[in-house]
Amino acid sequence: MTRVVPPVAVGARRSILSFWDLVACLLVLGALVFLAETGRELLQPLPKPGMNAVTLDPSMLPEYAARTTLRMLAAMVLSILFTFTYATWAAKSRRAEVVLLPLLDILQSVPILGFISVTVVFFMSLAPGVMLGAELAAVFAIFTSQAWNMAFSFYQSLRTIPEELTEVARSFRINPWMRFWRIEVPFAMPALVWNMMMSMSGGWFFVVASEAISVGGTTVTLPGIGSYIALAIERRDLGAICWAIAAMLLVILTYDQLLFRPLVAWADRFRFERETGLPPPRSWVLTMLTRSRLIAEATAPLVVAWRWTYRVASRPPKRAKTTTTDERTVHAIDRLWHTAVIAVAAFALWKVAQFVSTGVSSAEVGRAFLCGLATMARVFVLLAIASLIWVPIGVWIGLRPGVARVAQPAAQFMAAFPANLFFPFAVSTIVAFRLDPNIWLSPLMILGTQWYILFNVIAGASSIPSELRDIAKNLRLRGWLWWRRIALPAVFPFYVTGAITASGGSWNASIVAEVVSWGRDRLQAYGLGAYIADATEKGDIHRIVLGVAVMSLFVVVLNRLFWRPLYRHAERKFRLA
Amino acid sequence: MVAAPLLEVQSIRKSFSKPDGGELFVLDDINLTLREGEIVGLLGRSGSGKSTLLRLIAGLSRPAGGSITYLGRPLEGPPPGIAMVFQSFALFPWLTVLENVELGLEALGLPREETRRRAIAAIDMIGLDGFESAYPRELSGGMRQRVGFARALVVHPNILLMDEPFSALDVLTAETLRTDFLELWSRGKLPIKGVILVTHNIEEAVLMCDRVLVFATNPGRIVSEIKVDLTHPRDRLDPRFRDLVERTYVELTATRTPERPAARPERIAGAGIGTILPRVSSNLLSGLLETIAAPPYGGQADLPVIAASLNMEIDDLFPVAETLQMLRFVEVAGGDIRLNPEGRRFAEADTDERKRLFAHHLLTYIALAAHIRRVLDERPSHQAPWSRFADELEDHMSPEAAEQTLRAVISWGRYAEIFAYDDHTQIFSLENPS
Repeated sequence: MTRVVPPVAVGARRSILSFWDLVACLLVLGALVFLAETGRELLQPLPKPGMNAVTLDPSMLPEYAARTTLRMLAAMVLSILFTFTYATWAAKSRRAEVVLLPLLDILQSVPILGFISVTVVFFMSLAPGVMLGAELAAVFAIFTSQAWNMAFSFYQSLRTIPEELTEVARSFRINPWMRFWRIEVPFAMPALVWNMMMSMSGGWFFVVASEAISVGGTTVTLPGIGSYIALAIERRDLGAICWAIAAMLLVILTYDQLLFRPLVAWADRFRFERETGLPPPRSWVLTMLTRSRLIAEATAPLVVAWRWTYRVASRPPKRAKTTTTDERTVHAIDRLWHTAVIAVAAFALWKVAQFVSTGVSSAEVGRAFLCGLATMARVFVLLAIASLIWVPIGVWIGLRPGVARVAQPAAQFMAAFPANLFFPFAVSTIVAFRLDPNIWLSPLMILGTQWYILFNVIAGASSIPSELRDIAKNLRLRGWLWWRRIALPAVFPFYVTGAITASGGSWNASIVAEVVSWGRDRLQAYGLGAYIADATEKGDIHRIVLGVAVMSLFVVVLNRLFWRPLYRHAERKFRLA
Repeated sequence: MVAAPLLEVQSIRKSFSKPDGGELFVLDDINLTLREGEIVGLLGRSGSGKSTLLRLIAGLSRPAGGSITYLGRPLEGPPPGIAMVFQSFALFPWLTVLENVELGLEALGLPREETRRRAIAAIDMIGLDGFESAYPRELSGGMRQRVGFARALVVHPNILLMDEPFSALDVLTAETLRTDFLELWSRGKLPIKGVILVTHNIEEAVLMCDRVLVFATNPGRIVSEIKVDLTHPRDRLDPRFRDLVERTYVELTATRTPERPAARPERIAGAGIGTILPRVSSNLLSGLLETIAAPPYGGQADLPVIAASLNMEIDDLFPVAETLQMLRFVEVAGGDIRLNPEGRRFAEADTDERKRLFAHHLLTYIALAAHIRRVLDERPSHQAPWSRFADELEDHMSPEAAEQTLRAVISWGRYAEIFAYDDHTQIFSLENPS
């Protein structure tokens, strides 16, 4: 069954808000302000990009799909590079860890979707060609949706490598380069692949949202499925939307078959735990690759070259440094390092304060905060409704292995499918029946994220030991008592994991779900997502930063005060060993 | 004929810092010499620091004081020529048997052909032919440990360090591996010159070693050395073998009390607040008392005999015997365990009577239990959090030991019904659900 990993850091750190979290907050906020300011200065010379980069001709869709896919791949490569460097640094250096880890945690909570416009401007100014800048911005947006949880997973794996394995490596004096590739990366691989899949799922949503961006009246359009959809919405063309959905379906299926299925099957060999009792995952692509003599011959020189790097890295037999560094020196360096970090944080604080004081009134902060409360209420109500629907269904499916085998991949597929492709159907209905957007736009926020609840609950229910089910039958537990004593407690930890993911995703989705349009009709609900979207459209950088900051604050505080304690409670009380 | 020492360990100390700035010693003043052609055993209970010592010798951690000399040079970091075999095998699940064995040679930067040739040779020697392409998860425990041996031997080390290499295996498999190893060793087929074996199995130590160093706990130190002059292959039923086993038991049981003088002479087992308590279930305590009270023992038993008949190793049996001694239900001396009148009463009583008796002894002889009860009695709310006692214990011991001690006393306190504990809220109280 799928490995269930909580998407937020719920590790051993006990304190709800540490000093380093505050530092991390400031650093992130400071970086946002920096980006925004640079972006604002560069807003003027922005040339008007080609407006008709996209047509609604379905025959163009394969090309668009290919471009979208390439963007995804580029972002994935970036994310992997980031993961290998950032997480390794955090895991290996005590000093870096105190800053990098909280930073990652905060970054994870920033709804970068609200910030795409600013990054677009920033990257366009970096690149001479307009399209290249926009491409970079889109790749960056996807990257920010993928990288954090991958880095987290890698960091956690590095920190949990069994002691004896490290000892073997050290007693054989394996050099760090070889240790990284032969021990650390393999050990982290299963969790990393799983997180890559989750990241990809999130990424599709962002790629669709980031291909057509309007900043202060200018629209930047990159050829791709996302911009195709945007044009279809503008033209009120339901047929084109159906084409786009079909294309996306194919793209995701292909991705799954050609990339992730083989990856999962391949990563299975790196599992550290003993037998799970389940058949190992298989992939026809992997079987083909491993059995092909051609592939083997083609990769043989690469393998030799790779081994050669191990030898080169171990060539200079470094004398074991007499690392009896004076304890006082260590303390002094520590103090210096902390002072430097605090200085940067203070500078960020000053920058942020200056930025806020020039452009944002306290009434504006209050308004953004109220909007945040509205969105929060929406997220919780929707989570409750989705839970009421999907928990019973998930339990029902999970207890029937035959059904689960079919339903589980389907639910995971639905989670990967960018829900924003379905928005036009809902929006055209709301427009047609003149429904209240404040209520009827809300379900869009959870459209794509509810599946996390479903597939986690399925995983939970199918992991209920058969003895427990038998004893329930033996004691003739039925009805509500059965749910209360057996089913709900057993799936609870899994449910919480799913709900955390769903909640985080919904906050992000609110930016595109609270303001939608259908041709010239524009629907807007009251909420923080709409606030950010509105500010983006007007190019009001102060309000964008304010909105993004308030949303990050909401997400961080909810994670710390609600989700993490809940998760820990669930783990302690209900996890079936 | 005295061979030059391969390895010399001189007055090694290892400690870790307590939160209040003090130091707790895991190893204190350890001296040991390994000569060519020797197998030296480090025997002791868990927590006596013998595995810590092995890791110091392997260069995996650094001592707080003293020196380790390997082939005449001081040790700095993991040296070439010292290889290790682990209790948990420590194989890389993503590498095949062959790749696991080759890893150490690759790290040496040897050419591909030589790596392959030496790995195959080691695999053949250790009896793994045919398993080269298998993954560890496909192998039985015994086969996995053979891979562990092959991986250590393939680098042609001078010294082989073995950290309880057979204790994760079943009895039959362990015996096969031991005899296979000893056969290769005594025929001179192994590339190694000396072996240090960490074990908590007395028979294993006497079977394999030329010298056995007996460790005591708190702090870990060597209390005696037993020479084994029998020739290989050794016969477990040989009277001289049995004598050595018996002697080792006596040494192990005699070395209990630390040097610290007891505050009050009647506190024999030193169950003061700072004593680390083993997690022993009350079922085991009752079980052992009943067994000793019943025939054929009739109130007194030889520890090796009872260990063999119950199929318990010293790490299983000693904590139970010690706890019973701390609670003053038995006396342990000279390799024997004897019920006192209280212990006999307990063995013959019914459940309620047993609980009363146990509660009485717990509150009288285990200072921590009495302390917790007193704190709860004195507080108006009759409640106290876990941290209240954990912090106090951590002044005397490591956080892990404090947790273990508290868990032990909670389990006994629950059985005796002298206090209650809610693991969810982490609060001690006097309210037992009734």
